[in-house]
Amino acid sequence: MKEHNSFVKGIKDGLPICLGYLSVSFAFGIFSVSNGLSVIQALLISMTNVTSAGQLAAVPIMLSGGSLIELFVSQLVINLRYALMSVSLSQKLGKSVKTLDRLLISFVNTDEVFAVASGKFGQVGKRYLYGLILTPYFGWSIGTFIGASAGNILPQSVVSALGIAIYGMFIAIVVPVVKKSKPTLFCVMGAIALSLIFEFLPFLKNIPHGFVIIICTCVASTLAAIIAPVSVKDEV
Amino acid sequence: MEQSKFIIYLFVAATTTYLIRMLPLLLIKKKIANKFVVSFLYYIPYAVLSVMTIPAVFYATDYYTSAVIGVIAGIVAAYLGQSLLRVACLSCLVVFIAESIIGLM
Repeated sequence: MKEHNSFVKGIKDGLPICLGYLSVSFAFGIFSVSNGLSVIQALLISMTNVTSAGQLAAVPIMLSGGSLIELFVSQLVINLRYALMSVSLSQKLGKSVKTLDRLLISFVNTDEVFAVASGKFGQVGKRYLYGLILTPYFGWSIGTFIGASAGNILPQSVVSALGIAIYGMFIAIVVPVVKKSKPTLFCVMGAIALSLIFEFLPFLKNIPHGFVIIICTCVASTLAAIIAPVSVKDEV
Repeated sequence: MEQSKFIIYLFVAATTTYLIRMLPLLLIKKKIANKFVVSFLYYIPYAVLSVMTIPAVFYATDYYTSAVIGVIAGIVAAYLGQSLLRVACLSCLVVFIAESIIGLM
């Protein structure tokens, strides 16, 4: 089975993530400082958490003097999807990825890193993964720092346009597979339909977003797995 | 905020997030053989990325219209086999142009 294990290829695949992160973390930096955190505090949050939605939820809780339980539960709910992603990623890892590598790589197993690693055909090795997480991690930290210390250097029109970068990447990962695989297309359509139902229907729209992501993903994937199971050789 | 209180908050948020990511990767080292689970995990990335994109992408820019146009441009570019970087950059560029036009109207 093919194992991707080139550090340089990892760096190359990580660059679009880094680009997207610069804009998102930039916005996070602005948000943190305008709500009363110091530049260093904003930077420390980004360097230790590396997760957009979780951080955005954490800042108001910190600043309002919320309880540690509240902070813990918010992070658990918003970030539980990563557990699902890590389970999925565990099946993509090549033999070169040892325990220590798993401890380090999982620290930066963000939505986008997971998405790119999943999009590779075959298995991913440690050198590829270290290359992949390197620039996004620094992009995330540096973007936060710049946003927090000089949030007004970019015009709003540019900030707005960069807001779609991450989603552009997601599209670039999903579309080519959907083009080739009918079951994946139906799975994706089902997931989107569920997501819209949870967004707009009364009662359902009050469910925390972190749970919505997990519910929609699991229901769509379960149905797809029952209706169109993949054989182990297709899977990779 | 006091620095000591901030550090405790930081520790709780970072540790919670890290453990969620790290434990499955640390604990699951074998290849899963069960056909259902393998299939389920195969579909996960595409399902989760779709759910995270729609509807959130429509709130990611200053106008819904520019986001819709940006998404369509991204889908077409991805369908034509363009790379991640190109699709991401093209979507940004299209949003920028669309919003410049909206700004003129």
